[in-house]
Amino acid sequence: MSATDKGSGFAWAIRDTIAMMGRNLTAMRRVPQVLVFSLIQPVIFVLMFRYVFGGAIKVPGRDYVDYLMPGIFVQTMTFGAINTAIGLADDKGKGLLERLQSLPMSRYAVLSGRVLADSIRNLVIVVLMMVIGFLVGFDTHTNVLMVVSGVLVMVGFGFALSWLFALIGLSVTNGEAAQAAGFPILAPLTFASNLFVDPSTMPGWLQGWARNQPVSVTADAVRACMLGGPTASKVIPALLWSIGFGVVLGPLAVRRYRRS
Amino acid sequence: MTSPAIVAEGLVKSFGDVHALRGVSFEVGTGTVLGLLGPNGAGKTTAVRVLTTILVPDEGRAMVAGHDVVASPQSVRRSIGLAGQYAAVDENLTGRENLVLIGRLNHMSTVSSRQRAVELLDQFHLSDAAGRPVRTYSGGMRRRLDLAAALVTHPPVLLLDEPTTGLDPASRQDLWDVISSLVADGTTVLLTTQYLEEADRLADRIVVIDHGTVAAEGTSTELKARIGGLSAVLSLADAATAARVIASLTDLHAVVGSDDATVIVPARHGAATVRDVLNRVDAQGIEIVRLDMHEPTLDEVFLSLTGSRS
Repeated sequence: MSATDKGSGFAWAIRDTIAMMGRNLTAMRRVPQVLVFSLIQPVIFVLMFRYVFGGAIKVPGRDYVDYLMPGIFVQTMTFGAINTAIGLADDKGKGLLERLQSLPMSRYAVLSGRVLADSIRNLVIVVLMMVIGFLVGFDTHTNVLMVVSGVLVMVGFGFALSWLFALIGLSVTNGEAAQAAGFPILAPLTFASNLFVDPSTMPGWLQGWARNQPVSVTADAVRACMLGGPTASKVIPALLWSIGFGVVLGPLAVRRYRRS
Repeated sequence: MTSPAIVAEGLVKSFGDVHALRGVSFEVGTGTVLGLLGPNGAGKTTAVRVLTTILVPDEGRAMVAGHDVVASPQSVRRSIGLAGQYAAVDENLTGRENLVLIGRLNHMSTVSSRQRAVELLDQFHLSDAAGRPVRTYSGGMRRRLDLAAALVTHPPVLLLDEPTTGLDPASRQDLWDVISSLVADGTTVLLTTQYLEEADRLADRIVVIDHGTVAAEGTSTELKARIGGLSAVLSLADAATAARVIASLTDLHAVVGSDDATVIVPARHGAATVRDVLNRVDAQGIEIVRLDMHEPTLDEVFLSLTGSRS
């Protein structure tokens, strides 16, 4: 940072991030329908898997509803990341990004303000989904601290994944394109996973992926935190995935922003 | 002698095979208005993006308010206001929230951001709508808010990328008045436009760009003079008569008009040329149906320079 280019320092980056995050949260509050719509899909999944398919799905050693709900939470986080892409692509399509790029603000703040606002939104949605889970018979088997840790693990995963979707959002021209680009990435991550069924029922070639891909690893960590069992061996790999995503994709997204 | 507020020197920018700028140079004197005129895809917006630090040029150099756009982008950003053709404001925020946000992101204090927002909303006749989300605004109101957002920091240099595209005539007039008053207060303005009337009305100097290069430069009067200034338009009985007239006036560069029965003669020496033309036509015993004098519009200048309609 040269003397003539002050304003790009760390303190300003934080202040600008807070300003952008505030803007994004205000915009979300003004359009509450979007929050409602993003709850409809997971609620349908809960009802479908709990009451329609659930009876036919066996998981070792647990009630299916207890296995299912952490999976649904993680699925909701994973799909939630697409909002980061849509938000940024909308800002780009409407010319807002261009104005922001011409301001003497931090080059990180547009992205970090977006990703943090989306994480807060994710947190609200997870809390609401937990309430719905309790209504359909889900129960935690650990203490409050562990449950909160589980929530943080998945919100952290959502945060990390948002950087991938920030990169996608900056690479397309508008919100619809962002949505279309996101789905092919999300589908194999959420469906070829342990979110809804035990991977040991899958064909062998699929099991390796379904057990070890980041969404499944995160779901295992959340289950350990909420349902009990060995925790560290589940949570550490999930955190490593999240940190890895953030460390690799964050700088790539910022680089894309500087050049877009 | 003040130095120019904007200097562009040999700007080159390509996107893959698309050569948006192929060596564009121009200067904008402090406190003056430069109109950057050109058809769609000529490179106007790319030039603005380079000057506003959004894009880094492949070659060339640009200084805005004394700062190099590549070496000191933050200093440039602190000296400029940008308003564009999109009305780049957040639809879900209110007018006031939009302006306060821009103030905060310009690193003004919350208090002065709020004060400035109130001032601008008042100046742009948006006070009544200040607390409403922008999605309820009309197109003209959005564009006024967009321009207000560019003025939050009282920037000495303003870059306006097609500020009135798509506006109705009344809103356009409104924005022109605002821009004129800013210039009267000493702001330097670079304005891109496809509207020749807009450049004619607002710009001190005009740079015509086409295919990424400067096709012409000058005041609107100079540009009009370049294609011959005043001309005489002779309407004749039919195309054959017109052809005979042209044959007798080749040394005066007479050409056939849009209608085959008319002849256009550049009136290089005004009335003297017209007298000469009338005498020669008279000598052939040809009757002129109608004689008009024609001053070229900037539109014609544009057409003759770029070979395409804007």
